[in-house]
Amino acid sequence: MISGVGAALVALPLLSEFVAFDPEPAHVVGTGGAIGAVLRHGIYLHLSSERFPWPTLAVNVIGSFVFALAIFAGAGESTIQLLGIGACGAFTTFSSFSVETVQLYERGDRRLAVVNAAGNLVLSLAGIGVAWLVVAVVSL
Amino acid sequence: MADDHPLVRLETLALIAIGGFAGANLRFFALGVFPDVLAVLLVNILGSFALGFFVYEAQYTGLVDRTSRIVFTTGFLSSLTTYSTFAIQTGITAGPAEPLVLVAIVLGNYGLGFAGVLASRTLARRVTGGSTATAENGGETA
Repeated sequence: MISGVGAALVALPLLSEFVAFDPEPAHVVGTGGAIGAVLRHGIYLHLSSERFPWPTLAVNVIGSFVFALAIFAGAGESTIQLLGIGACGAFTTFSSFSVETVQLYERGDRRLAVVNAAGNLVLSLAGIGVAWLVVAVVSL
Repeated sequence: MADDHPLVRLETLALIAIGGFAGANLRFFALGVFPDVLAVLLVNILGSFALGFFVYEAQYTGLVDRTSRIVFTTGFLSSLTTYSTFAIQTGITAGPAEPLVLVAIVLGNYGLGFAGVLASRTLARRVTGGSTATAENGGETA
């Protein structure tokens, strides 16, 4: 696991150099956005549940973790645009989260609505904390 | 062609990718025009309002074709809005050092995002005449 993350951290600057060939940031962000949206769609197809919006929780926590990992690893501007703003930004979603939370509340699952609202925030922040730890451990 | 035909699935994926490209670009544009925290707040409110309208419209009448709706909502709107940048702003930009900013970011996005959904629900009811829900079309919020 740690060696995998280490490899990813080594790959980030390489990726950054590769992406630097494209001078148009909007294309970089858009390409990342397309990848993020398709990956999110894949998660929704596999995790879909009537009772609780697991897919949204999953994409939001994973996306926040990866975005933070790129930031703490000191990724370059192009990498942040491709992986962070583009891919993680599109992979995670606020609109589905807010609509699903309101729907949980209005169908009577008020406690689940609160758990969903708090859970997305707490676990995403925890993901950011774990990303910080991973970078700290790897760079020791 | 059936919905699960490989070509249909491929077409859906391609359209979601195009929607994702456009949504992420519009968000990136907003980040260039407004300060970062305000830009994310704006796209999250607008995206929540728009997705709410599509979801409730689908529940009430289902006028918009199912595939078009999934492509627009899953591709464009869900990529326009973002949770990761919001979480980064909450945890890193504000963080424990700026508790007031942290609370403002969370309350702003959550409060106005939910308010956007409720406002679009009202609008959808008004536009569609508030006819009863057709459950089979509901629940596709992605």
